[in-house]
Amino acid sequence: MERPLHIVHEKARTLPPPAMSVGLVRWLKDNLFSSASNIFLTFVVIYLLWLIIPPFLEWAVFDAVWNATSRAECWDTADGACWAVVVTRFDQFVYGDYPKSERWRANLAFILLFVALAPVLFDRIPWRRYLVGFSISYPVVAYILLIGGLGLPEVETARFGGFLLTIVIGITGISASLPLGILLALGRQSDLFIIRVLCVAFIEFIRGVPLITLLFVASTLLNYFMPPGTSFNLLVRVLIMVTLFSAAYLAEVIRGGLQAMPSGQYEAAKSLGLPYWKTMRLVILPQALKISIPGIVNSFIALYKDTTLVIIIGLLDPLGIGKATLSDTTWQGLSTEVYIFVAIFFFLCCFGMSRYSAWLERRLHTGH
Amino acid sequence: MTDQDVPNTQEPIAGTVSDEVVIDITSLNKWFGDFHVLKDINLTVYRGERIVICGPSGSGKSTMIRCINRLEKHQRGKVEVDGIELTDNIKKMDQVRREVGMVFQHFNLFPHLTVLENCTLAPIWVRRMPRAEAEETAMRYLDRVKIPEQASKYPGQLSGGQQQRVAIARSLCMEPRVMLFDEPTSALDPEMIKEVLEVMVDLAESGMTMLVVSHEMGFARQVANRIIFMDDGQIVEQAPPTEFFQNPKSDRTKLFLSQILHSET
Ligand SMILES: Nc1ncnc2c1ncn2[C@@H]1O[C@H](COP(=O)(O)OP(=O)(O)O)[C@@H](O)[C@H]1O
Ligand SMILES: [Mg+2]
Repeated sequence: MERPLHIVHEKARTLPPPAMSVGLVRWLKDNLFSSASNIFLTFVVIYLLWLIIPPFLEWAVFDAVWNATSRAECWDTADGACWAVVVTRFDQFVYGDYPKSERWRANLAFILLFVALAPVLFDRIPWRRYLVGFSISYPVVAYILLIGGLGLPEVETARFGGFLLTIVIGITGISASLPLGILLALGRQSDLFIIRVLCVAFIEFIRGVPLITLLFVASTLLNYFMPPGTSFNLLVRVLIMVTLFSAAYLAEVIRGGLQAMPSGQYEAAKSLGLPYWKTMRLVILPQALKISIPGIVNSFIALYKDTTLVIIIGLLDPLGIGKATLSDTTWQGLSTEVYIFVAIFFFLCCFGMSRYSAWLERRLHTGH
Repeated sequence: MTDQDVPNTQEPIAGTVSDEVVIDITSLNKWFGDFHVLKDINLTVYRGERIVICGPSGSGKSTMIRCINRLEKHQRGKVEVDGIELTDNIKKMDQVRREVGMVFQHFNLFPHLTVLENCTLAPIWVRRMPRAEAEETAMRYLDRVKIPEQASKYPGQLSGGQQQRVAIARSLCMEPRVMLFDEPTSALDPEMIKEVLEVMVDLAESGMTMLVVSHEMGFARQVANRIIFMDDGQIVEQAPPTEFFQNPKSDRTKLFLSQILHSET
């Protein structure tokens, strides 16, 4: 049988999409009620949420006690959460043992942190070029504000605690470990044998040892290597160890990104006469780091949460403050409230990083 | 072989070839491991020459032109570009590479940079040209490859032919003395080959010294003043196009020509 020859003479008209394919109803149908099993799952989940959420809200919000001087008073007032513990100890959770009269310095350093971060995180803010200068000098500014100098009285780092301590370790670790991780990743690919071996040895050693071990080393062993009489600040030692630890992981993440780069990119850069470091800085790293963003942020989040390990060597991070609070007889037994509060702090920070990385990936997408 | 086989509507371009030597290759030998990929290559290129290099796949064409800007290192013999011998001296090699542009089969544009940024990167960072001047130069060359309107797009948003023209403009922005092309049209769809070849013809007419690895025989006829046939790591034959096509000397050339001219139609 022969098919009739079909010829189209007119150009087809372009039409708007059918009405059903957009809007909320469509979304619900596609995502929640697309098939029998999907409908079943949707109802199971709704049922579970109904079981969990109302009692939780009752406990956490409606029956909660915000003002009380002890646990006993809380429990006499209502049977919900006793947030009074957190309210009473709030300053400690934020500053640790940082002297009251000097806390404005920590607050100012915190506010300036955002000014310093903005031009690094976002490329489209006004006066970015000048603000970057501030970002570069921020470590010095923060040091003077937090520790002292230029007429500000000294505050011992041993008195740092709570969220202040977490943020100091987290931000320092993150901003110091990224450049170090990049150098290690490049070193691992180097043509120079010695550099390559040193980088591989360093990375493998650090990855093979738990962070806690490194922190113990930081708190005790390093003293043996230092000349007698020098007291090397415990916080500084912790910062170094956290940075080295994170850098080793970052190096491996970034190496993955570097390996994904086609050799044509190196060749094109070479053929234009770009020397090695410029090739890396302008051509290879921007692309390799972009591919590595999810892994890099993953490492940052891990680092941020790992700061809680410093409790083991006696630093009072939020968990340390929480533990101290709970061992106080007036507030004993409120571990749920205390740990939820600390968890919310960490969640907000880490979720923020995660959202930022998702935004950055979209922002850097150039359509290929 | 008839004119039907090779579409050749245009007259061969006239071009002045000076007696100034730009590239001088003597007894070049190269091995990949045990594999002897280039065998005793001798080639002198004069300023203004347009050389088309052809030959079967794997014959060492890419390797040879990549030895000219030291993307590949040779083990024996000597390669001189503009009087500078290619050695392990990295500084000198970067200096040579500035003067030798290269266009690749797969364009190798920088996908994270716009078309304009692709073109200004090397002038700014290698030649230390002020940004405004570099952008002006870039626009001039983008104009010349006929895509000034794409300057702010990213390479991923362009067609293959457009990308290859950007790659040519990017090389030209360094104002090189020699241009190397490694099969610039073999990754392109047929309708895009023409637009790239037109740009290359234009470049040849402007007097650029060019070494082009290509199987576009129509282009070779029109542009080349010398065609080189390579096989098995050797330069088997070289001649001006008319002689090369009408009167090939070696059997290997004849075989190659008959294969390529048949597959073209
Ligand atoms: N980096 C390399 N390592 C090992 N062998 C290679 C490499 N590059 C090319 N070759 C081999 O060298 C020969 C010549 O390659 P090439 O110069 O790319 O040929 P052509 O460009 O003429 O097709 C081929 O057999 C190829 O497999
Ligand atoms: Mg090739």
